[in-house]
Amino acid sequence: MPEVTQEKVLVVKNLTKQFGEGCEKCRKNPEVLIRNYCPHCQTIYATREVSFDLYRGEILGIVGESGSGKSTLVRTLYFDQEASAGEAFLNDYGEGRADILKVSSQQKRYLRDYLLGMVYQNPFLGLKMKFSALSNVAEKLIAAGGRHVGTMTQRAHDLLDVVTIEDYRRKDAPENFSGGMQQRVQIAKALSNNPPVLFLDEVTTGLDLSVQANVLDLIKEIQRDLGISMVIVSHDLGVIRMLADRTLVMLDGRVIETGLTDQILEDPQHPYTQKLVQSLL
Amino acid sequence: MKNAYNFAFFDEGSKKEIRRATLKAVAIPGYQVPFASREMPIARGWGTGGLQVTLSLINQGDVIKVIDQGTDESVNAVSIKNLIQKTTGVDSTIDTGKATVVQSRHRIPEEPLREEQIIVLQVPMPEPLRFVESSEYKTKRLHGDGEYSGAWLVLFEKIMKFGKMTGGAAHPVYVHDRYVMSPSPIPKYDNPRLDHSEGIQLFGAGREKKIYAIPPYTKVVSLAFDDYPFEVENQEGRVCHLCGATDVFFDELEDELTHEVYYQCNDSSYCLKRLNQGGGDNA
Ligand SMILES: Nc1ncnc2c1ncn2[C@@H]1O[C@H](COP(=O)(O)OP(=O)(O)O)[C@@H](O)[C@H]1O
Ligand SMILES: [Mg+2]
Ligand SMILES: [Zn+2]
Repeated sequence: MPEVTQEKVLVVKNLTKQFGEGCEKCRKNPEVLIRNYCPHCQTIYATREVSFDLYRGEILGIVGESGSGKSTLVRTLYFDQEASAGEAFLNDYGEGRADILKVSSQQKRYLRDYLLGMVYQNPFLGLKMKFSALSNVAEKLIAAGGRHVGTMTQRAHDLLDVVTIEDYRRKDAPENFSGGMQQRVQIAKALSNNPPVLFLDEVTTGLDLSVQANVLDLIKEIQRDLGISMVIVSHDLGVIRMLADRTLVMLDGRVIETGLTDQILEDPQHPYTQKLVQSLL
Repeated sequence: MKNAYNFAFFDEGSKKEIRRATLKAVAIPGYQVPFASREMPIARGWGTGGLQVTLSLINQGDVIKVIDQGTDESVNAVSIKNLIQKTTGVDSTIDTGKATVVQSRHRIPEEPLREEQIIVLQVPMPEPLRFVESSEYKTKRLHGDGEYSGAWLVLFEKIMKFGKMTGGAAHPVYVHDRYVMSPSPIPKYDNPRLDHSEGIQLFGAGREKKIYAIPPYTKVVSLAFDDYPFEVENQEGRVCHLCGATDVFFDELEDELTHEVYYQCNDSSYCLKRLNQGGGDNA
């Protein structure tokens, strides 16, 4: 286990993302919502006032059923979507005092290119399927101002070594790769600029079991060797159990339980969590 | 003069609108200005963008030259020239030095432009980021942010695949250190001649409805990596078999009988001018 320090690398406060304007009824009284949805104005509250801290060197798990708002949460933090309300702070940016959700689009690009990494469930979102694996890994280096082909190629090879993509496949395009290989290229790409924070969204969902285990091992290894702080999202508590030091449980856009993963597994408090843990056994 | 059309084919309002887009383009070097591309009596993709720009700015007293891949005599060049002349009555020339407006596809004439001259280049694909981003909304934002990794990535991929920045035409350029622009499918050989040109360089894309520009004396730099510098097509050791020119862009030809390869100026009227001036020592 790498050392988890008390240093917060990412602080998220009351992050809300809604699809729709909201109305008198749901704004005043969230009780009217059916799960995350307002029957009066059709607004969907995908994430509601989510707060958490991510410590340096830790893996934070986010678990919850499909539709609970996990992807929306990380995508908002990676600026794929604009947050409706809330704040977020990165220790490595603006001395940890600048709300990264409110900075200019250029600054958001900077944050994505230098300080954040993302691995999507759907590799089509994270990769350029028709460009070589090497170019895909180099893309983030180029975005961060890399202009030396030799240096960037070397870095891409090193990372593709880490994720064990065979040398002879590296000039090939990911559209010709298996799902597991595509995820490994995505991981290499996300790591290219050594980001202090990495988001992983259902990275093993849809992969064969043996390939899943392989990718999970890889993530653990990377975390151990590089000490990158990670937020890992999954509907599968099994995945979270394998990887996460601490866990948030989400339901209908809200965090309903949070704690050390072992504690949550042994002594779940919320009835929903209890059900979730039971189904794992 | 009497003809069936308004002077220069379009009504004054249309020309004004195109000129307004052109002025904006000149004011923001390398920025693609949208305009309401008009229907033309020639098919889109055959230079309607360039033609509209030309027609919007042409005056009585202008002298027009039209070239297509370096020659004034191709069917395409001739039909565009005919249309311009029929609707304006202006004179035409094949001599770059005598033209006030040059409309061109795929080449910049060998003879450097002077201050009072305008070149209008026909553009099939104005967006240098289109290979990596299909959404116009997104490419607009990328230009706004100066986010050009996509253009670099295309070059990087070429190096991965072929060991060098292949692909002769439309090598992207930085204009005035701000916008990345496609110079239209001119050979790389012509790229350095975009830089600090004395003449006004205008680009018209009919199908994509965009006009952009490089004003005189503007800095234009071809994209290149530190360890893979920009290089023009190698013309070394080549000599025009007609006029003896050595420092021009060549067409490569093959003798039908002997299969021997020989070279000829791609810019045919430049070649002719040299011959007439007695430069044809090799002829
Ligand atoms: N672009 C969108 N427009 C409208 N609703 C959306 C959009 N994206 C997600 N949602 C809704 O937000 C909720 C949370 O979705 P998501 O974050 O994808 O959940 P999870 O990743 O936990 O499965 C769901 O109800 C989903 O239907
Ligand atoms: Mg999801
Ligand atoms: Zn409502």
